[in-house]
Amino acid sequence: MHIPDGYLGPVTYGAMFGATMPFWALASWKLNRTLKARQAPYLALAAAFSFVIMMFNIPVLGGTTGHATGTTLIAILLGPWAAIIAVSVALVIQALLFGDGGITAIGANCFNMAVVGGLTGYGIYRLIAAGSRAKSARRLVAGAVAAYVSLNVSALVAAVQLGIQPLIEKSPTGQPLYSPFPLSITVPAMALGHLLLFGFVEAAVTALVIRYFQKNDTAILGQPEGGSLMTENGKK
Amino acid sequence: MTTAKKLWIGIAILALLSPLGLMIPALFGAGGAWGEWDIDELKKMIGYVPAGMEKLAHLWKSPMPDYTVPGQKPGLAHGSLGYIIAAIIGVVITGGLAYALAMLFGRKNK
Repeated sequence: MHIPDGYLGPVTYGAMFGATMPFWALASWKLNRTLKARQAPYLALAAAFSFVIMMFNIPVLGGTTGHATGTTLIAILLGPWAAIIAVSVALVIQALLFGDGGITAIGANCFNMAVVGGLTGYGIYRLIAAGSRAKSARRLVAGAVAAYVSLNVSALVAAVQLGIQPLIEKSPTGQPLYSPFPLSITVPAMALGHLLLFGFVEAAVTALVIRYFQKNDTAILGQPEGGSLMTENGKK
Repeated sequence: MTTAKKLWIGIAILALLSPLGLMIPALFGAGGAWGEWDIDELKKMIGYVPAGMEKLAHLWKSPMPDYTVPGQKPGLAHGSLGYIIAAIIGVVITGGLAYALAMLFGRKNK
């Protein structure tokens, strides 16, 4: 889902930087008010986890690969604002150091995987987990469903960004200037792998780590809505 | 041991296991992710390189493209070792940057 340089035209990648920046600003403002210095290791862990989990490429039919992002898990444990910052840090390093995702597409990739992924995952988790106990099975189900849906929404948004390129970026003779595939190809192609496989991997990773915290350190799952570690009411 | 320390050990294990993300796709003959082809691959698929893409594609030269070490030899064994080194470097830099940001955010909050 890391869109490379050259696939999005300036209109789209410019718009996506424009769309992502307010979320970076809002997330920074939120963390500036709520994050405590002693919680810094958790943000570092989250960003490092997101970075490394994205290296686990999984093959799917059709000869392509995909991966989990860890975004929903981080949003559940640390809140959506911390997730936006942590996953964005991972994506920026992936683009700059490893050429995974374009530098012109940093706005789009952060929007898709960090912003859309984090807010969708957190919202769905809250909805399903509302009122449940920290050690309840409902938390696990909530995490798994949220992770599955969130990754698929992220993939869909990326597919739409790619698929509108032939419509809005054409040469005078009508040839596509950037990503050449129409929505009728990008949406099914991206959806397939994520619906059939990568979404389930994201769900499994999320549920496994929630289970770990249920067994070993429930403080992080303390409040019904989760994200206790970095909310204003968090005790830890 | 604190929870944070245990989690760092977990991440170190993930970094060491990261070549699975290289080997398993290789086992199935899978290439990269859908829609992330470089311009040579795309040219093979559609017969041309879109004009705008050609200009943007090589805008940035990353020091360790596709999680490889500079001067890395071909083959899955070298690839896997390079991948682990890239994972360790990535984890340290990503974690370090996020930590610095978090310290900046949290500097005045008790």
